[in-house]
Amino acid sequence: MFKKFTPKEDVSGKSKVKSSVQRGIRAAILEQYPSLNPYIEELMPKKEPLILVKCHDRINIVMVGERLLFFNHHDGPYYPLLDILHTYPDIMPTVQVDRGAIKFVLSGANIMCPGLTSAGARMDVDLPVDSPVAILAEGKEHALAVGKMVMSTSDIKRVNKGVGVDLMHFLNDGLWKTKSEV
Amino acid sequence: MSDTEDVAVPVEDWPKTRVRTDIVYCGVCSMPVEYCEFSGTTATCKKWLRKEHPTEFARIWPEDDLEKKMDDVTLQDDEVPDKELTKEQKKAEAKAERERKKKAAQKVIIRRVERTKRKCVIEVSGLENFGVDLKKAAKLFATKFACGSSVTKNPQGLDEIVVQGDMQDAIYELILKTWKEVPEDQMELTEAKKK
Repeated sequence: MFKKFTPKEDVSGKSKVKSSVQRGIRAAILEQYPSLNPYIEELMPKKEPLILVKCHDRINIVMVGERLLFFNHHDGPYYPLLDILHTYPDIMPTVQVDRGAIKFVLSGANIMCPGLTSAGARMDVDLPVDSPVAILAEGKEHALAVGKMVMSTSDIKRVNKGVGVDLMHFLNDGLWKTKSEV
Repeated sequence: MSDTEDVAVPVEDWPKTRVRTDIVYCGVCSMPVEYCEFSGTTATCKKWLRKEHPTEFARIWPEDDLEKKMDDVTLQDDEVPDKELTKEQKKAEAKAERERKKKAAQKVIIRRVERTKRKCVIEVSGLENFGVDLKKAAKLFATKFACGSSVTKNPQGLDEIVVQGDMQDAIYELILKTWKEVPEDQMELTEAKKK
């Protein structure tokens, strides 16, 4: 989604949101990532104005101060930016891809089922379709991407063909590169 | 909105998360250092990491660490051993070379366009290739020459600066003076007349 993303062309506007909207966003994020509760005040202080960066294709990015925090698409669930995810690695469920898949994921490919079912890969929790998921890699400790399940984990194991996870945001994509300079 | 999420993580008891603040991001490829091997600029990344975070380097590239230590005795610090010139590195070098060539081919064009018989505007295009902030440049022209100056999109969809005043040579000199990174031989003065 952010494979080609340059703030200059793709950002259509950014605006401070009303405090009620801000509260709504904050609540939505907390509902989705309850483990962030103790840290939310660091990430999104109540006093600090929250800025919503609107991009093409109905992508919204939540920005506080100069830092991008979360993004969502079509008012869907919020996804954390990867550096947030690196700091708080356990906020969302994870799957792990095998080593062979890393270079494809880093160039923006969706995750294919075999990359999730082979020896180096792991899917420890059962996830339904459409849930946000962090993608780890064999032998690495930090996440390399966030995505959305296209199939449920059980389906991935059963079918083992085609796209398993839709890639939303990965290391060194446009969003990663523009992290702090919108 | 996220009912699906609640199934996995019940809201009642806040699950705990680790907090990592010790992550080292590579200064070359910007990824966490463990992903440097996939960055395509691995050799440069390695060099950077060895210099900035020797301990991390030892953790991520254990074999190289030993190897390098032995090499250090004989080799100059900046010299890259031949055996490290892998295919990937060559690719990265070729890419850098191409970019350099591309940069050399870029030009700043200062064009004088006639509006009426005795009035004209000057269009400056290509400045953004040299890392110049166009908005700031336009503002500078406006204050320096006391005339209207703005950033507009030209028909090709690229940004350029339009200065309302006959200032072609003055702009040429001002650009050379203010932005040292713009080389003189890559500037071009042209004139376009309305037919």
